[in-house]
Amino acid sequence: MPHKTFFAFILPSLIAMVLFIALPIVSVVVQSLYVSHEQILVEVENCQPFGGCTKELRVDSAATAALREDQPLGRFNGLGTYVNRAHLATSELGAILATQAGPGEKFAQILNLPFYKALIFTLVYCFVVTPLAMALGFAIALAVNALPKFTKGPIIFFSLLPMIITPLIGSLILYWMLSPNGVLGATIQHIFSDPTLSLRASPALTWGALLTYGVWTNAPFSFVVFYAGLQTVPGDTLESAMIDGASRWERVRYVIIPHLAPLATFVALVQLMDNFRVFEPIVGFSAEANATSLSWLIYNDLSGDSQQFGSAGATSVLTILGVVVLLSPVLVRTWREFKHKAV
Amino acid sequence: MKHILMLAVSTAALALGAGAAYAECGIEAGSVRILSNDFEALRTINAAAQECASDAVTVTANATAEHKEIQVPALTINPAEYTVAMVANNSIVPLLNDDLIRPLDDLVAKYGQDLQPSQLVKIDGKIMAIAFMGNGQHMFYRKDILEKAGVEPPKSYDDVLAAAAAIKEAGLMEYPLAASVKPGWDLAAEFVNDYLGTGAEFFAPGSAELTIDNENGLAVLKVMRDMTAYMDPDYLTYDATEIQKEYEAGKVAIMNEWGSLAGAVLDDEGAVDGVVENTVLAAAPTIAGGSIPAAALWWDGFTIAKNISDADAEASFQAMVHGISPDMMMANKDVATWLIAGYEPGPAAVGVIANANGGARPYPMQPYMGLLHTALSTELAEFMAGSEDAEQALADVKAAYDTAARGAGFLQ
Repeated sequence: MPHKTFFAFILPSLIAMVLFIALPIVSVVVQSLYVSHEQILVEVENCQPFGGCTKELRVDSAATAALREDQPLGRFNGLGTYVNRAHLATSELGAILATQAGPGEKFAQILNLPFYKALIFTLVYCFVVTPLAMALGFAIALAVNALPKFTKGPIIFFSLLPMIITPLIGSLILYWMLSPNGVLGATIQHIFSDPTLSLRASPALTWGALLTYGVWTNAPFSFVVFYAGLQTVPGDTLESAMIDGASRWERVRYVIIPHLAPLATFVALVQLMDNFRVFEPIVGFSAEANATSLSWLIYNDLSGDSQQFGSAGATSVLTILGVVVLLSPVLVRTWREFKHKAV
Repeated sequence: MKHILMLAVSTAALALGAGAAYAECGIEAGSVRILSNDFEALRTINAAAQECASDAVTVTANATAEHKEIQVPALTINPAEYTVAMVANNSIVPLLNDDLIRPLDDLVAKYGQDLQPSQLVKIDGKIMAIAFMGNGQHMFYRKDILEKAGVEPPKSYDDVLAAAAAIKEAGLMEYPLAASVKPGWDLAAEFVNDYLGTGAEFFAPGSAELTIDNENGLAVLKVMRDMTAYMDPDYLTYDATEIQKEYEAGKVAIMNEWGSLAGAVLDDEGAVDGVVENTVLAAAPTIAGGSIPAAALWWDGFTIAKNISDADAEASFQAMVHGISPDMMMANKDVATWLIAGYEPGPAAVGVIANANGGARPYPMQPYMGLLHTALSTELAEFMAGSEDAEQALADVKAAYDTAARGAGFLQ
């Protein structure tokens, strides 16, 4: 393909990527370096239906507007937002590490900082859900592949259901089922004959429910990809393996898995990225008390009675960096393989 | 004279009968676009304001629970997306901070004859909002359960805890108490309610310096935690709607719940037998030996956007005055605790009025109160879950608030 044609071909995508991916990221990075202007406060008299008139402070909007005119982005704060308590909390971290407390105590204190609390759950979610969901998806793909042809269609459809349901709705459905009045919650209480057992009350059980939900909702993607991959396994190799007396497990272990390995890398990449921004199940399960994630922190900064854009920007940049770090081993490996093939 | 009276009466009857609201509103032309929260009283007002629509006047209303998220951007653009923003004590603050609403003194002088002086929310001497209803969380209790347990109606949180113990002891209910303490807005509101009851201030006078790190804060947290012993183990997932359901299902004997939901509890829908007829509304309990109800008083009102034409502002004000007219109030007496002229409190308003008479304090309007509310909403969760002590929780709130207030430019 001549360079010109190629360029014309990818130009629309390129423009879209710059507009919708690159520029927003640049904007977020820039915003994360700034904080709001100094607020100029004046004392005024407020009269309300209740409590009568009181002297209260109020933002002097005219003076603030002038400040804003001068510096539309706010005050430059550099990396200040990144190291404050809501994010990396470097000084708090230093103080905790400098104390005489034992490692367990120190760990508990670090977990008390909002960013690290969210990071721990995010990482656990990533590293538990991704492999389990891939294994489950692979198992379903193998099972479906062995089915007689006429049952495949409906079974594939039902296996894909978790992916079709919007994450928020899916998590809400599971949440209601797990409530003490719900079918799963009541069953669990019955099995353990403990009427006070509630999945929503204990942190460990909440984590368990969130992770289970994650596996359930992520498995279909792995299933679809692996199932497609299974159709490309060379029949000759499988047959010769059978002639050599390989059992079903040995065929999976020595023929199918190596064949699907590149696909597995791809699935792992996508799933890790997906799971690193876990958000909906936390809202759906009302799990904020026991589990928060980086995405949830961003949401929390942007909602509520006062928006903190700089803080949300810093968390976003840290999330992007987290994704890059997570993916780098896989990316490096893929790059090496690519170079290896090229030679 | 008699003829004129007859004429007036029949004209009024005609106007009402034919729904000729146009004549009542008297708006010549303009566009009215209302943004409001989503609950029954506000929807009723929106509907009444929409009666002013005519060939020359368009009236649209967007009632959404997300109103707080969209009001600032929607009113910042010019012309603003909405001409009317319905607000409360807290949600007016961001609009004031960014100078997005206009003073209403001239419009009140021109069209506000029906308004009462107490409805005018004045900031720095200028009328910035027109309040039309009061609200607040207050006590709902079941008199039959309390009688069976042999306890008097509670007045303070000590009484509430004692009553809960007696009810549990008597085997009447497993979890007699309920509170909306879901992490997020509800949990923070619970703390604010109780802290207001101690009579202490959140901030040092004249500054954004947080001062809840004291024995009052500790007393509030102690009560909040003591109550959880008598609450459903899932309490950290219960918000105001959820505890209403639990109460209507007959599982709860005492709770602190919004006055604006009292009508829905007292109606004949959704509650099991025995709940409605035995429900008593009362002022919120007092706390920590104090004497005032531990609950914030709220007002709901409307404001007019700044970035709109004067004609639209005038039309909007007229439509809203029609929306909150005494006629609307008379037709919807039990929907809310109205601040409108001629209102006589019905059974659903008892609690809010009792709070006000007991000297409950209004929800603070300081520009940095929202930051504190957000800090409370996330940092108290671990304490409520029992995995953190009260001192640590207060220190965390202070640290989170200070970080946010520095970023927002309120603290150095």
